[in-house]
Amino acid sequence: MFELLGIPPQVLMGQLLIGLINGSFYAVLSLGLAVIFGLLNIINFAHGAQYMMGAFVSWMLLNYLGIGYWPALILAPLVVGAIGIVLERTMISRLYKLDHLYGLLLTFGLALIIQGLFRNYYGVSGLPYAIPPALQGGQNLGFMFLPNYRGWVIVASVIVCFGTWFMIEKTRLGSYLRAATENPELVGAFGINVPRMITLTYGFGVGLAAFAGVLAAPIYSVNPNMGADLIIVVFAVVVIGGMGSIMGAILTGFGLGIIEGLTRVFYPEGSAVVIFVIMAIVLMIKPEGLFGNTA
Amino acid sequence: MTDATTMQPQSERTSTDALLEVQGLEGWYGESHVLHGIEFHVREGEVVTLLGRNGAGKTTTIKAIMGLLDKRRGSVKLAGKETIALQARHIARMGIAICPEERGIFSSLSVEENLHLPPKLAEGGLSTERIFELFPNLKERRRSQGTKLSGGEQQMLAIARILRTGSKFLLLDEPTEGLAPVIVQQIGRTIQALKEAGFTIVLVEQNFRFAASVADRHYVVEQGRVVDMIPNHALDANIDKLHAYLGV
Repeated sequence: MFELLGIPPQVLMGQLLIGLINGSFYAVLSLGLAVIFGLLNIINFAHGAQYMMGAFVSWMLLNYLGIGYWPALILAPLVVGAIGIVLERTMISRLYKLDHLYGLLLTFGLALIIQGLFRNYYGVSGLPYAIPPALQGGQNLGFMFLPNYRGWVIVASVIVCFGTWFMIEKTRLGSYLRAATENPELVGAFGINVPRMITLTYGFGVGLAAFAGVLAAPIYSVNPNMGADLIIVVFAVVVIGGMGSIMGAILTGFGLGIIEGLTRVFYPEGSAVVIFVIMAIVLMIKPEGLFGNTA
Repeated sequence: MTDATTMQPQSERTSTDALLEVQGLEGWYGESHVLHGIEFHVREGEVVTLLGRNGAGKTTTIKAIMGLLDKRRGSVKLAGKETIALQARHIARMGIAICPEERGIFSSLSVEENLHLPPKLAEGGLSTERIFELFPNLKERRRSQGTKLSGGEQQMLAIARILRTGSKFLLLDEPTEGLAPVIVQQIGRTIQALKEAGFTIVLVEQNFRFAASVADRHYVVEQGRVVDMIPNHALDANIDKLHAYLGV
């Protein structure tokens, strides 16, 4: 392999891989936010806490019930999604007629409460969660070493993202969702149960966050603050991509992960802020986001 | 268009029971009180128009019947059942469908998806093939984005999609507004064919010449009240009165 601008390819590829993995989390999380915002008009600030809950539920399943990683990948999103549905029915649904800001404040408050509860019971030092045996080890690709689990995170994220995109953009169920996003009143006047759709959509978006949490559990330690740290970046990703665009959320998520990784190679000092710099530039030039609608 | 549907032929209607019975209907948009006691009825198989000036409350009446207002009061009976406390989706499932004034074509859906959006609520709706026979333009452009259609095509789509549902009671809000005469004629033939197939239709219109070509009776709406009813056969005799009502 050649050297690029004096950077050894191992370093470049290593950082690209990390960027791609971070991008996977950005993509899955911002996708969930986009789905929720599209239909509910709620900026779900509890998303980071729900991602954290996904990781914690998989840890609990393992340590309290002996249920391993693979079932947790399905069960944790279902459990956390169900909790999300309860929140939507009992609290969030009361705010739909109000400004976005109220939903943001409510879900922000919920996030703080959820994080506080977990901090209280589990502390902040983080709990270990082992990589499942089938995904331990790695592949030597010649120019770099790819840990199997990290490869899996990228593959699983891509599958979930494009599966969600397909469901929303190409299926009949998705056409209901798109229509209700545009004009919920008229969709209701055709006899479709829009409130139930809204509840299930919130549950689905929350489930996506929890899925990302399960994926994250073996990489990052399971920690009550894991979501709070990540969600700020994810909101920046959503702002850059444009609220409510499904493909925009996915592409921006992966793309910004990669840009962040490259920045770490070429200008490490800037890697922590590069996404926010891009956000500021996008806000000035195209405030509705790269993939957002002007409407 | 005369053989528009394959549904049961129209039988002689002797029933005087109203399919829709509206009494003392009041309606609000937010704080503003728009309907002040609307009263009218529609028998099964009738085509009835609501005529009146802009802002008289015709569209609001349609929305109130469908349950689309923030607040409504009074009585709206569908086939004898009170619906005033029901939500729009429950009213829709009683077999009533709306074609809204703004047409309500979804821009994020293709023509075909728009057509298939309203679920089938009863037997006897038109099949997709039949709809494409009636509206060949829609078939040609079924993969296009819904809002990329011309105004006339969008209107056809807005009517076509509620014909699939099996609902036999249609609320059509200004279906001819802003359309070329040839399209208006086509919509007129469609409504005529639906009537022959036994559909019941409430039509909001500004264009009373169009209304006269399809309707059995006309209700005149003024300032949120029904102020007059003119049977279609008496329209000529009442033309001056009608001109006064409509300010033409």
